[in-house]
Amino acid sequence: MILARVLGNVITSARVDNMEGAVYKIVSPCTSDGSITRGEIVALDLIGAAPDEFVIVSRGSSTRQTEFTKDKPVDAVIIGIVDIVEEEGKVVFQK
Amino acid sequence: MVLAKVVGSVVSTIKEPRLEGIKFLLLEKIDVKTLKGKKDFVVAMDAVGAGEGEIVFFVGGSSSRQTDITTGKPSDATIIAIVDSFDIAGNTVYSKSSPVKGSSK
Repeated sequence: MILARVLGNVITSARVDNMEGAVYKIVSPCTSDGSITRGEIVALDLIGAAPDEFVIVSRGSSTRQTEFTKDKPVDAVIIGIVDIVEEEGKVVFQK
Repeated sequence: MVLAKVVGSVVSTIKEPRLEGIKFLLLEKIDVKTLKGKKDFVVAMDAVGAGEGEIVFFVGGSSSRQTDITTGKPSDATIIAIVDSFDIAGNTVYSKSSPVKGSSK
Protein backbone atom coordinates (compact mmCIF):
# COMPACT_ATOMS: atom_id res chain seq x y z
CA MET A 1 0.00 0.00 0.00
CA ILE A 2 1.00 3.62 -0.36
CA LEU A 3 0.09 6.76 1.54
CA ALA A 4 -1.71 9.30 -0.62
CA ARG A 5 -3.63 12.54 -0.52
CA VAL A 6 -7.04 12.90 -2.20
CA LEU A 7 -6.86 15.73 -4.75
CA GLY A 8 -10.31 15.62 -6.35
CA ASN A 9 -13.11 13.75 -8.09
CA VAL A 10 -13.28 12.11 -11.51
CA ILE A 11 -16.71 12.00 -13.17
CA THR A 12 -17.37 9.43 -15.90
CA SER A 13 -20.56 8.38 -17.64
CA ALA A 14 -19.12 6.07 -20.32
CA ARG A 15 -17.43 3.23 -18.50
CA VAL A 16 -17.16 -0.55 -18.68
CA ASP A 17 -20.41 -2.34 -17.82
CA ASN A 18 -19.25 -4.02 -14.63
CA MET A 19 -18.19 -0.77 -12.93
CA GLU A 20 -21.64 0.77 -12.40
CA GLY A 21 -21.74 2.72 -9.15
CA ALA A 22 -17.97 3.10 -8.90
CA VAL A 23 -16.65 6.34 -7.38
CA TYR A 24 -13.25 7.51 -8.59
CA LYS A 25 -10.83 9.99 -7.01
CA ILE A 26 -7.55 11.51 -8.14
CA VAL A 27 -4.92 10.82 -5.52
CA SER A 28 -1.30 11.80 -5.21
CA PRO A 29 1.34 9.71 -3.44
CA CYS A 30 2.61 11.26 -0.20
CA THR A 31 5.47 11.11 2.23
CA SER A 32 4.72 9.98 5.79
CA ASP A 33 3.97 13.52 6.97
CA GLY A 34 1.34 14.00 4.27
CA SER A 35 3.28 16.13 1.79
CA ILE A 36 2.42 15.43 -1.80
CA THR A 37 4.90 13.87 -4.21
CA ARG A 38 4.41 13.55 -7.97
CA GLY A 39 2.66 10.80 -9.90
CA GLU A 40 -1.09 11.27 -9.55
CA ILE A 41 -3.29 8.24 -10.18
CA VAL A 42 -7.01 7.51 -10.32
CA ALA A 43 -8.19 5.28 -7.46
CA LEU A 44 -11.52 3.63 -6.78
CA ASP A 45 -12.99 5.02 -3.56
CA LEU A 46 -14.63 2.36 -1.38
CA ILE A 47 -14.96 4.41 1.78
CA GLY A 48 -16.00 7.93 0.83
CA ALA A 49 -12.75 9.84 1.28
CA ALA A 50 -13.07 13.64 1.16
CA PRO A 51 -10.83 15.99 -0.84
CA ASP A 52 -7.50 16.65 0.90
CA GLU A 53 -7.92 13.54 3.07
CA PHE A 54 -4.81 11.44 3.82
CA VAL A 55 -5.54 7.85 2.76
CA ILE A 56 -4.10 4.37 2.26
CA VAL A 57 -4.17 3.16 -1.35
CA SER A 58 -3.70 -0.46 -2.34
CA ARG A 59 -2.38 -1.18 -5.84
CA GLY A 60 -2.05 -4.07 -8.27
CA SER A 61 -4.01 -7.32 -8.35
CA SER A 62 -4.55 -7.13 -4.56
CA THR A 63 -7.11 -4.42 -5.19
CA ARG A 64 -9.54 -7.09 -6.40
CA GLN A 65 -9.67 -8.68 -2.94
CA THR A 66 -12.75 -6.82 -1.71
CA GLU A 67 -16.47 -7.54 -2.03
CA PHE A 68 -17.01 -4.78 -4.59
CA THR A 69 -13.81 -5.16 -6.61
CA LYS A 70 -13.79 -8.95 -7.06
CA ASP A 71 -13.29 -9.72 -10.78
CA LYS A 72 -13.39 -5.99 -11.63
CA PRO A 73 -10.93 -3.96 -13.72
CA VAL A 74 -9.34 -2.06 -10.84
CA ASP A 75 -5.66 -1.47 -10.07
CA ALA A 76 -5.83 1.18 -7.31
CA VAL A 77 -8.28 1.35 -4.40
CA ILE A 78 -8.61 3.69 -1.43
CA ILE A 79 -8.92 1.24 1.45
CA GLY A 80 -8.54 3.46 4.53
CA ILE A 81 -8.42 7.00 5.89
CA VAL A 82 -5.31 7.78 7.93
CA ASP A 83 -5.80 9.08 11.47
CA ILE A 84 -2.22 9.04 12.73
CA VAL A 85 1.20 8.22 11.28
CA GLU A 86 4.00 7.52 13.72
CA GLU A 87 7.60 7.34 12.60
CA GLU A 88 10.43 6.35 14.96
CA GLY A 89 8.22 6.98 17.98
CA LYS A 90 7.16 10.43 16.83
CA VAL A 91 3.75 11.36 15.50
CA VAL A 92 4.49 12.83 12.08
CA PHE A 93 0.86 13.15 10.97
CA GLN A 94 -2.36 13.56 12.92
CA LYS A 95 -5.74 14.11 11.31
CA MET B 1 -5.69 3.75 -12.93
CA VAL B 2 -3.98 6.49 -14.92
CA LEU B 3 -5.46 9.51 -16.69
CA ALA B 4 -4.45 9.84 -20.32
CA LYS B 5 -5.49 11.46 -23.57
CA VAL B 6 -6.31 9.42 -26.66
CA VAL B 7 -3.81 10.71 -29.21
CA GLY B 8 -4.28 8.11 -31.93
CA SER B 9 -5.04 4.55 -32.84
CA VAL B 10 -2.83 1.59 -33.61
CA VAL B 11 -3.73 -0.80 -36.40
CA SER B 12 -2.23 -4.26 -36.63
CA THR B 13 -3.01 -6.90 -39.24
CA ILE B 14 -0.55 -9.58 -38.25
CA LYS B 15 -1.30 -10.29 -34.62
CA GLU B 16 -2.09 -12.97 -32.10
CA PRO B 17 -5.39 -14.61 -33.29
CA ARG B 18 -7.22 -13.82 -30.05
CA LEU B 19 -6.76 -10.11 -30.71
CA GLU B 20 -9.14 -10.20 -33.67
CA GLY B 21 -11.69 -7.37 -33.32
CA ILE B 22 -9.91 -5.60 -30.49
CA LYS B 23 -9.35 -1.86 -30.92
CA PHE B 24 -5.96 -0.49 -29.88
CA LEU B 25 -5.60 3.17 -29.01
CA LEU B 26 -2.47 5.19 -28.45
CA LEU B 27 -2.61 7.06 -25.15
CA GLU B 28 -0.41 9.81 -23.77
CA LYS B 29 -0.40 10.18 -19.99
CA ILE B 30 -1.33 13.71 -18.89
CA ASP B 31 -0.35 16.02 -16.08
CA VAL B 32 -3.57 16.29 -14.04
CA LYS B 33 -3.02 19.94 -13.19
CA THR B 34 -2.16 21.31 -16.63
CA LEU B 35 -3.65 18.59 -18.92
CA LYS B 36 -0.35 18.66 -20.80
CA GLY B 37 0.93 15.41 -22.29
CA LYS B 38 3.87 13.89 -20.41
CA LYS B 39 5.47 12.36 -23.51
CA ASP B 40 4.76 9.00 -21.91
CA PHE B 41 2.83 6.78 -24.32
CA VAL B 42 0.91 3.54 -23.85
CA VAL B 43 -0.95 1.27 -26.27
CA ALA B 44 -4.21 0.23 -24.60
CA MET B 45 -7.12 -2.03 -25.52
CA ASP B 46 -10.39 -0.12 -25.67
CA ALA B 47 -13.32 -1.49 -23.64
CA VAL B 48 -15.54 1.61 -23.82
CA GLY B 49 -15.44 3.00 -27.38
CA ALA B 50 -13.16 5.96 -26.76
CA GLY B 51 -12.10 8.30 -29.56
CA GLU B 52 -9.21 10.59 -30.39
CA GLY B 53 -8.99 13.71 -28.24
CA GLU B 54 -10.90 12.24 -25.30
CA ILE B 55 -9.54 12.05 -21.77
CA VAL B 56 -9.85 8.52 -20.43
CA PHE B 57 -8.38 6.41 -17.70
CA PHE B 58 -6.91 2.97 -18.12
CA VAL B 59 -6.29 0.10 -15.79
CA GLY B 60 -2.96 -1.74 -15.85
CA GLY B 61 -1.55 -5.13 -14.98
CA SER B 62 -3.67 -8.24 -14.47
CA SER B 63 -6.71 -6.05 -13.72
CA SER B 64 -6.80 -5.04 -17.37
CA ARG B 65 -8.14 -8.51 -18.24
CA GLN B 66 -11.24 -8.09 -16.03
CA THR B 67 -13.60 -6.68 -18.66
CA ASP B 68 -15.92 -8.53 -21.06
CA ILE B 69 -13.79 -7.41 -24.00
CA THR B 70 -10.39 -8.33 -22.56
CA THR B 71 -11.13 -11.55 -20.65
CA GLY B 72 -8.56 -14.12 -21.73
CA LYS B 73 -6.72 -11.58 -23.88
CA PRO B 74 -3.07 -10.61 -23.45
CA SER B 75 -3.78 -7.06 -22.29
CA ASP B 76 -1.74 -5.11 -19.78
CA ALA B 77 -3.55 -1.80 -20.29
CA THR B 78 -7.30 -1.40 -20.88
CA ILE B 79 -9.35 1.80 -21.19
CA ILE B 80 -12.27 1.40 -18.78
CA ALA B 81 -13.83 4.88 -18.68
CA ILE B 82 -14.18 8.09 -20.67
CA VAL B 83 -13.83 11.09 -18.39
CA ASP B 84 -16.63 13.70 -18.38
CA SER B 85 -14.86 16.00 -15.95
CA PHE B 86 -12.48 16.06 -13.05
CA ASP B 87 -11.67 18.54 -10.33
CA ILE B 88 -8.75 19.22 -8.02
CA ALA B 89 -9.34 20.96 -4.70
CA GLY B 90 -12.81 21.93 -5.87
CA ASN B 91 -11.70 23.58 -9.12
CA THR B 92 -12.74 21.96 -12.37
CA VAL B 93 -9.54 21.19 -14.28
CA TYR B 94 -11.20 19.42 -17.19
CA SER B 95 -14.71 19.32 -18.54
CA LYS B 96 -15.52 17.39 -21.71
CA SER B 97 -17.81 20.17 -22.94
CA SER B 98 -14.87 22.61 -23.08
CA PRO B 99 -11.89 21.90 -25.37
CA VAL B 100 -8.71 20.34 -24.02
CA LYS B 101 -5.92 22.85 -23.68
CA GLY B 102 -2.25 22.18 -23.36
CA SER B 103 -1.80 19.28 -25.75
CA SER B 104 1.83 18.41 -26.24
CA LYS B 105 1.41 18.53 -30.01
